[in-house]
Amino acid sequence: MKSAVVQLPGLNRDRDMIAALTKISGKEPITIWQTETEIPDVDLIVIPGGFSYGDYLRCGAIAARMPVMRAIREKAEKGVKVLGVCNGFQILVEAEMLPGALMRNSSLKFVCREVKLEVVNSDTDFTRAYSQGQILRCPVAHHDGNYFAEASEIASMEDKGQIVFRYAEGTNPNGSLNDIAGIINERGNVLGMMPHPENLIEAAHGGNDGRGLFASALNVIAA
Amino acid sequence: MIKARVTVTLKNGVLDPQGKAIEGALGSLGFEGVGQVRQGKVFDLEIDSTDGAKAEADIKAMCEKLLANTVIENYSIAIL
Repeated sequence: MKSAVVQLPGLNRDRDMIAALTKISGKEPITIWQTETEIPDVDLIVIPGGFSYGDYLRCGAIAARMPVMRAIREKAEKGVKVLGVCNGFQILVEAEMLPGALMRNSSLKFVCREVKLEVVNSDTDFTRAYSQGQILRCPVAHHDGNYFAEASEIASMEDKGQIVFRYAEGTNPNGSLNDIAGIINERGNVLGMMPHPENLIEAAHGGNDGRGLFASALNVIAA
Repeated sequence: MIKARVTVTLKNGVLDPQGKAIEGALGSLGFEGVGQVRQGKVFDLEIDSTDGAKAEADIKAMCEKLLANTVIENYSIAIL
């Protein structure tokens, strides 16, 4: 499986993401710069976290309208898997590749801590290495992770299994509706999540609960 | 030159924690009787055109495509 990591001005979790993908797949991902309009053949495109374009206007708003996003959208329409983590998730909702919006945390504070995540849907290309209802540890670090969508939209996503991760055991750090931490599109190939699984993949991180996500997406056996 | 002001506000029913915090701060400054506070954004635009109708249509498209996130925000346009 070949993967790619998007690099945009202000994204700063790209190197963590490259390290995680390299360690788990054994192959270094290619990198895609913001001006690229053609993306080579890959199986997984990852938009990492950070503060693209200084979070100007709204988090992810400017990045979502860059030419590279048109290329990513075309790839997604052909079935290529796309993963957006943190700012990457914000970019995917701003690009309308995922429904809803990510608003300022209800506490108004930047949160940087570990949360518990429930795997709400283990029947996706990103979560097969986990079991349904499994509780994971995962770090979060964001200011705008408060997921919002119209009640009817949320109900529809719940029905269709599009809620993939939920904050569990009272650890919702941002006030997101229905404790939503990660969602997937209807087709099942675009996943966005606020927590950072790339920061919990080996013993040196204090655990490897995030590894299963990449192992699933890259079709490798979880170590 | 056409000057316009775009005002972007949160839709009713969308929680506005920043507005709530401002509301609390106004109370702690001793301002009484302040009801709900909602925070928004203002954009002042200069459009190099004399065609007001076209400028307004263009600004509407700008709001839909970038200035507002219509999932959570409303916008209004005033030609100044």
